[in-house]
Amino acid sequence: MEIIDILLTANFWAAALRIATPLIFGVLGALICERAGVLNLGIEGIFTAGAMAGWMAVWLGAGLWGGVLVAALAGGFFGLIHAILTVPLGLSQHVSGIGVTLLATSLSYFTYRTALPDVSSPPRITPFQPLDIPILSDLPFIGPALFSQTALTMLALVMVFVTGWVLYRTPLGLAIRAVGDNPSSVEAQGLSVYALRIGAVVAGSSLMALGGAFLTMSAFDAFFFGMINGRGWVCIALTVFASWRPGKALLGALLFGAFDAFQVRLQTEVGAFLPSQVFLMMPYLLSIAALIIVARKADYPKALLVPWFKGQR
Amino acid sequence: MSSAANPSLEKSPQLLLQLAAITKKFGPLIANDAIDLDVHKGEIVALLGENGAGKTTLMNILFGHYVADGGTVMVAGADGILAPLEPGAPQAALDAGIGMVHQHFTLAENLSGLDNIVLGTEPIFRLRRDRTGARAKLTKLMAGSGLNVDLDQPIHKLTVGEKQRVEILKALYRDARLLVLDEPTAVLTPQEADSLFATLRQLAATGLSVIIIAHKLAEVLAVSHRIAVLRGGKKVGEMATDQADRRSIAELMVGRDVPVSRRSERAPGKPVIGLRDVTIDRGDARRSLHGVNLMAREGEILGIAGVSGNGQAALAQLIAGLDRPDVGSVEIFGEKVTKFDAHQFAQNGIARIPEDRHHDGMVGSMTVAENIAIEDVRSRDYQKFGFLDFEAIRKRAEHAIADYDVRCPGPDAPARLLSGGNIQKLILARVLEKSPKLILANQPSRGLDVGAQSEVHRRLLEAREGGAAVVLISEDLDELLTLSDQIAVIHAGHVSAAIAAHDIDRSELGLMMAGQKKGDIDFGPDNFESSTKPREKTDENAPRSGDPA
Repeated sequence: MEIIDILLTANFWAAALRIATPLIFGVLGALICERAGVLNLGIEGIFTAGAMAGWMAVWLGAGLWGGVLVAALAGGFFGLIHAILTVPLGLSQHVSGIGVTLLATSLSYFTYRTALPDVSSPPRITPFQPLDIPILSDLPFIGPALFSQTALTMLALVMVFVTGWVLYRTPLGLAIRAVGDNPSSVEAQGLSVYALRIGAVVAGSSLMALGGAFLTMSAFDAFFFGMINGRGWVCIALTVFASWRPGKALLGALLFGAFDAFQVRLQTEVGAFLPSQVFLMMPYLLSIAALIIVARKADYPKALLVPWFKGQR
Repeated sequence: MSSAANPSLEKSPQLLLQLAAITKKFGPLIANDAIDLDVHKGEIVALLGENGAGKTTLMNILFGHYVADGGTVMVAGADGILAPLEPGAPQAALDAGIGMVHQHFTLAENLSGLDNIVLGTEPIFRLRRDRTGARAKLTKLMAGSGLNVDLDQPIHKLTVGEKQRVEILKALYRDARLLVLDEPTAVLTPQEADSLFATLRQLAATGLSVIIIAHKLAEVLAVSHRIAVLRGGKKVGEMATDQADRRSIAELMVGRDVPVSRRSERAPGKPVIGLRDVTIDRGDARRSLHGVNLMAREGEILGIAGVSGNGQAALAQLIAGLDRPDVGSVEIFGEKVTKFDAHQFAQNGIARIPEDRHHDGMVGSMTVAENIAIEDVRSRDYQKFGFLDFEAIRKRAEHAIADYDVRCPGPDAPARLLSGGNIQKLILARVLEKSPKLILANQPSRGLDVGAQSEVHRRLLEAREGGAAVVLISEDLDELLTLSDQIAVIHAGHVSAAIAAHDIDRSELGLMMAGQKKGDIDFGPDNFESSTKPREKTDENAPRSGDPA
């Protein structure tokens, strides 16, 4: 009974969408990279870099949207490192990705500590505020759940549509889908495999960084160590869950967000007789379960992880 | 047409392509050594040569995949004036009207035929794609060339012949004036090949120039106007096809006499392996068999003909003991097999020459000696106090290298350094040294040059003389007809009854490989749909039910 009540509140769905927002950015970014044939395990670090860079830009006086831009650029920069190492140089995408995560995370912490050597509590910025759209925000249920989110959540939802459009409706998307399946098909048609893959990784990484920026500029108002807390890795799993499709990516992120929002509420309801860790585990366990069901039939982009070199076939 | 080709070309010598002194080195290897080649408008030129002769390298230079170390490529523009082609730029080659159909198709399998064809032809940064315009142009092209294919199917659902048609359409869609086909018939049934050649002749008549890279003589004699022969990176001969003679071209290609394998008459002995009503259903057509009955006898080569992907993999796995039948049984020397275990099968004298010699036939990072002993490490001969006896392994390897002429730096060299032909010799040495009772040879000479191929054939015939049974799975009809005593055809997991090889002819075999029933040949009780339909309507198109005889 209580469970049903939880699911029926607009408040619950608003929280689910809020929790899902950084994941939406992350999964979209990861799927763009993987559609082009590059696994980007730099995602966890790119989240951190985006969170830190966006927040710091605002703290230093930039506007909120300026901060978002800085975060995207920071993500693009680390994406470029990963792309150069894995695409023209053809290094192991796993090793390079983990390296980028370590580098980006450490560099973010280092920059933060260098800029703020001795603060006890992290300085705060004024984050994005919930939108108040006339009429729409006043709708019952939908209003508070969907239209009272911050601008970044709206941007995430728009990006789902944009990514889908680019991938399936434009020549560029066609080339990205082709290069992730058989790079030779792209080269034989006179397009550059390297340019496509590097471009996709940089663009995807910029999107991932926005997920980090959402955390420091919308969900919270400051930067903490360890605040990404594995969200990047969740995105990698959700990408498989989404079968590399933007629409399903949204679904997967929402599902995870709903699990998470649900467990928080469940803790207050039945937390008296179960340790809270059990609830914290829940979204991850349910994600694993969902993944097992979906991923067994996963149709990986065939050239994923396979380096391609010009003049070699 | 071919008889009139040469004089007519002299009358209108509109040169389309001129390769002059093309040279390409890969390290110490000279892949192309000052090669000249001219192609005229509407002409079909066959580029012949063994593996490693430099054919594909030359074409990759033409198409901009490689940059030549020396020489020039000149292509005629729309005005007929020759202009140099920018090296190393596929886009430049495409713009100049050169289309290439690679041996390994360059198609994205997740996209439809239409998407693959349109890919790269429109400006990349655009909000929408123009599919209707593309479709209209392609419909017209398909009607004009007879290259019919369902453009909306994802590539992975098409047959090999259909994929090739998509590749050719890809070039035509870009208004190619020169079409280069790299080993186009390697994956086709004879009927599909005939239909391809008919299309090419038709396209050439409308002014398209074609270069066909091939290593099989018969087919290029049928389709080309002119033949150029490469050997060891050099052009060693060039002639009009109607003045060419088969034997002299073969010698030009190989550079010496090719020993012809001859089979002696020999009565078969006892059955070695028998399959009874074997059905394996793995959901995937490549891995499934349906009600298969087969028998291989001592001193007999049983050929299994078929286009790859029709269940050969399942059959090979079963005979090697790597899989078990869902229904039916397998008998070895008349005894029903209860335990399907590769080691057990090997102990029973079943030797395996795997289809993918690089992947399944050896371990590249291990030495030649280790690879030769790898199936026998459990044998006491190669052990000392329970440890491997490297001295004994080395000794065997040295013998094998000498006896089988495996060209390698030595028994301690990593096996991955060996060429394909030498890897195959290494595998032959490993399996034949043990005088096996049954040899499973799966595509044993695929991709080998004429020399290595004749060596493989000689060894298989030798084993047959010695009383071994051989199951020869092959797509190469010449190979099957030369070596086999009996031939059965596999199609979509069904295997026909074996027929004596001298009672069968090529076109009949080709039709059966395409899934047509013919006369007394029975594929089994159920009708199956043929995935590759030959175009030619002949008597062979007998109704499926009823009595065609």
